[in-house]
Amino acid sequence: MSGQPDTHHEESFWRKYIFSIDHKVIGLQYGITALIFLFFGFCLMMMMRWQLAYPEQPMPWFGWLFGETGVMLPEMYNSLGAMHGTVMIFLGVVPLAVGAFGNYFVPLQIGAPDMAFPKVNMTSYWCYFAGGIVMMVGFFVPGGAANSGWTSYPPLADIATTGQTVWLFGMVLLITSSLLGSINTITTIVQLRAKGLTWMRLPFFVWSQFVTAFLLLLAFPPLEAAGVLQLMDRLLDTSFFLPSGLIVSGEVLNVSGGGSPLLWQHMFWFLAHPEVYVLILPAMGIVAEVLSNNTRKPLWGYKSIVYASSFLGFMSFIVWAHHMFMTGMGSTISAFFQTTTMIISVPSVVILTAMFISLWGASIRYNSAMLFALGFLPMFGIGGLTGLPLGIAASDIHLHDTYYVIGHFHYVVAPGTIFALFAGVYYWFPKMTGKTLNETLGKIHFWLSMIFINGIFMPMFVQGLAGVSRRLWDGGASYAHATDTLWLNEVMSASAWLLGLAQIPFIYNLIKSMKSGEKAESNHWDATTLEWTDAPSPPLPHRNFEVIPEVYRGPYEYSVPGADKDFTPQSEA
Amino acid sequence: MEIPYNVEERQDTGMFNAKLGIWLFLASEVMLFGGLFSAYVFLRMGDVTGTFISGASELNIPLATFNTLVLISSSVTMIMSWVSLKLGEQKKFKTYLGTTLLLAGVFLVVKYFEYTAKFHHGIFPETSTFFAIYFTLTGLHMLHIIGGMVVIFYFLVPGSKMMNTESERFTNRIEIVGLYWHFVDLVWIFLFPVLYLL
Repeated sequence: MSGQPDTHHEESFWRKYIFSIDHKVIGLQYGITALIFLFFGFCLMMMMRWQLAYPEQPMPWFGWLFGETGVMLPEMYNSLGAMHGTVMIFLGVVPLAVGAFGNYFVPLQIGAPDMAFPKVNMTSYWCYFAGGIVMMVGFFVPGGAANSGWTSYPPLADIATTGQTVWLFGMVLLITSSLLGSINTITTIVQLRAKGLTWMRLPFFVWSQFVTAFLLLLAFPPLEAAGVLQLMDRLLDTSFFLPSGLIVSGEVLNVSGGGSPLLWQHMFWFLAHPEVYVLILPAMGIVAEVLSNNTRKPLWGYKSIVYASSFLGFMSFIVWAHHMFMTGMGSTISAFFQTTTMIISVPSVVILTAMFISLWGASIRYNSAMLFALGFLPMFGIGGLTGLPLGIAASDIHLHDTYYVIGHFHYVVAPGTIFALFAGVYYWFPKMTGKTLNETLGKIHFWLSMIFINGIFMPMFVQGLAGVSRRLWDGGASYAHATDTLWLNEVMSASAWLLGLAQIPFIYNLIKSMKSGEKAESNHWDATTLEWTDAPSPPLPHRNFEVIPEVYRGPYEYSVPGADKDFTPQSEA
Repeated sequence: MEIPYNVEERQDTGMFNAKLGIWLFLASEVMLFGGLFSAYVFLRMGDVTGTFISGASELNIPLATFNTLVLISSSVTMIMSWVSLKLGEQKKFKTYLGTTLLLAGVFLVVKYFEYTAKFHHGIFPETSTFFAIYFTLTGLHMLHIIGGMVVIFYFLVPGSKMMNTESERFTNRIEIVGLYWHFVDLVWIFLFPVLYLL
C-alpha cells in the first residue's frame, strides 16, 4: 500500500502512539480505553448498590456527588442504571473483546501483516473514543445523563431530559465504530489468511471473531435506524413511538400520534439480542485458546464448535422478541420466539459441552489464565441455564423484569464474558508486552473475584423468584413482597465493594509487570498458533512477522503421539 | 510491509480487499434501510386513520418519476465511466463521471423543490406518521446521495492523479464507488413506489 509507512524510518510520536494505523497499537488503545470504561461502569454500579442496601441514607465519601444531603435521588439512580448498562456493554466489554483482542490477535493468528484496512481501523477507534466522550458529556447536561435504561424504551425515552439526545448521538458514533470494525475484521479473515491456513485450520478464536463481526455488521444498522427515528421524535416532534392520545403529567401530549412504542422494542431487540452473542462468542473464543493450551490436548470437537457457533450466529437474529413476551404482541408470535429461543440454546450447550469434555484426562496447568477460563465454564453454564425459564413465555410472566433477569444476564456477562476477558489478558499479556505477569497476584485476583462475584449475583435469583422488581430505586424497601429477601441487599452490596477491592491486585499486577516484569519468551506458553510460534514478543511494528509464515496443520496439535515435543506449531511442515 | 490483495485479486476468493469491504458495507446498508422499511410497514399496519393513503396522495408523482429517471441515468453513466477507464479512455471517463455528478445534482435540486413545496403547504415531519417516515427515508437517502457526490467529486478532481500513477488501483476504486452508487439508486427504486405509489 503506497500510503503505508515503511518500517525503516522513524515515525513521529503522534503517528506511532496516537493516530497509529498499526493494528497492535490500535488494539492496545482499545484495550486501555475499554478497561478504564469497565472500571468506570463498575463504579456507577457500586454507587447504586449503596442506595439499594441503605436507601435514602447519605453516601459516605462520595455523597458530595449528589448535592448537600448526600442522598441519591431517584432520577440520579435511573441515570446511573442506564449508564451502567450502556458503559459496560458498548464502551467496556465489546470494545475489549472485539476492538482489543480481535484487533490485536486476529491478524497475528492468521499470519497477516496488519488488518485489511489500517486507516479504517484507526477511524473505528476514534469513533469509539468520540462516542465514549459524548456519552460522558451526558452527565453534565441539564437533567443529567440518559435515564430511561440502556434499552431506552419510549414513550419514556421520547419525553426524557436532554441526556437522552446526547445518548442517541453517542450511540450513532459507537455504531459507526463497530460497523467499520466489523467490515475490517471480516475482510481481513477472508482475504489475508496465510498460505495453507484453510477455514478448518483457523484457531477457534478467529472463528468466534468472524461470526461476531457478522452479528455487529447486520444487527447494528436497525438500531441505528431506530436511533434516527427516536432523534426525529425528540428533535422534530414526530410520533414514531408515540401513540395517539398519550397523556403526560395529566395532559394529552400535543403530537400527531399514530406511532407505536412496540416498534422501538422490535428494532432495539433486533440488535440487542444478537449483541448478547457479540458479548459471549469472543469470550468462548478466548476460552477455547486457553483451554487447549493448558490442557495440552486438542480442543474436543473443533468442527462441532465451529458449526455450532455459526448456527448460533444465524439463530441469534430470530429470537429477539423473547424480550417482549409481556408486551401483548400475541401468543402466536410468542410461541414462535419461544421455539427459536429453545433451539438457540442447543448450539450454546454443544460448545460448552465440548469445552468440558476437552478437560477429560488432561494434565491441566493451573495458571491464572486457565483458572479464569475454567471459572468461565460453570459460570456461563449457570447464566445460560437460568435463561431457559425466561425464554419460555409462561414462566417469563412471573420472572419478567425481576432481579432474576439481572442475575441471569450478569452471570453470562460478568463471571462469564469478563472472566474470559481476564483469561485473555493473562494469556496474551506476555505476547503484547514481552513481559510476564505475576502468577501469585493473578491467582489471588481469581479466587477473590470468583467468591465475591457469586456473592453479588446468586442472591439476585432468590430476590427475583420472590418477585422483587429490578426497577425499584430503594431496593424493595417500599415493596411488601420483598420483605423476606431484603437482607440480601446488604450481602450483595458488600460483595460488590469487596469485588472492587479484589481488582487491586490485578491493576497493580498490570502496571508493575509492564514496568519491571520478567522478560517473556516469544512462545511463552508452548502454544501452537502463529502469534506465539512465528512472531516475537511483542510482534514487529507494522508487519508482525520477520517472514510471513505458512501453515501446514490444524490449530490445536498438542501431545501428538510420536512428536518430539508436546506441541506441534501450525507452521511446522 | 505491503498488505496483500489490495490491488490484485486473491485466487481462492476471487476478490481484492476493498471489493469485499464495499459489499459488506452495502449489506449493512441493506439492514439500515431494511429496518426503516420495516418501520414503514409496522406503522402502516397500525394506521387506522388512513394518514398513509391521504399523505401519499399529496406527494408529487411526476417530479418523483422524473427523479427516478435521473438517478437511473446516473447509474448508467457511472458504469460507463468505469468501462471507459478499463478501456483506457481517460477523457471519456471524466465526461461520464462528471455527468453522474451533474445528474446527482439535478436529483437534489428537484428534491429541494419538492421539500419546500411541502413546507409551504404547512406539511412537516410532525404532520403525521406518514410524513415523518417520508421525510426520514428520503432525507437519509439524500444524505447518501450527498456522500456519494463528495466521493465522486474527489475522484473527478483532487484524487484523479492516481489515474496515471496507479491506474489499476484507481479503476478498482471507481468500481467500488460505482457499486455504492448503484445501491443508492436501488434504494430510490424501492422508495419511489413505496412512498409515492402505494
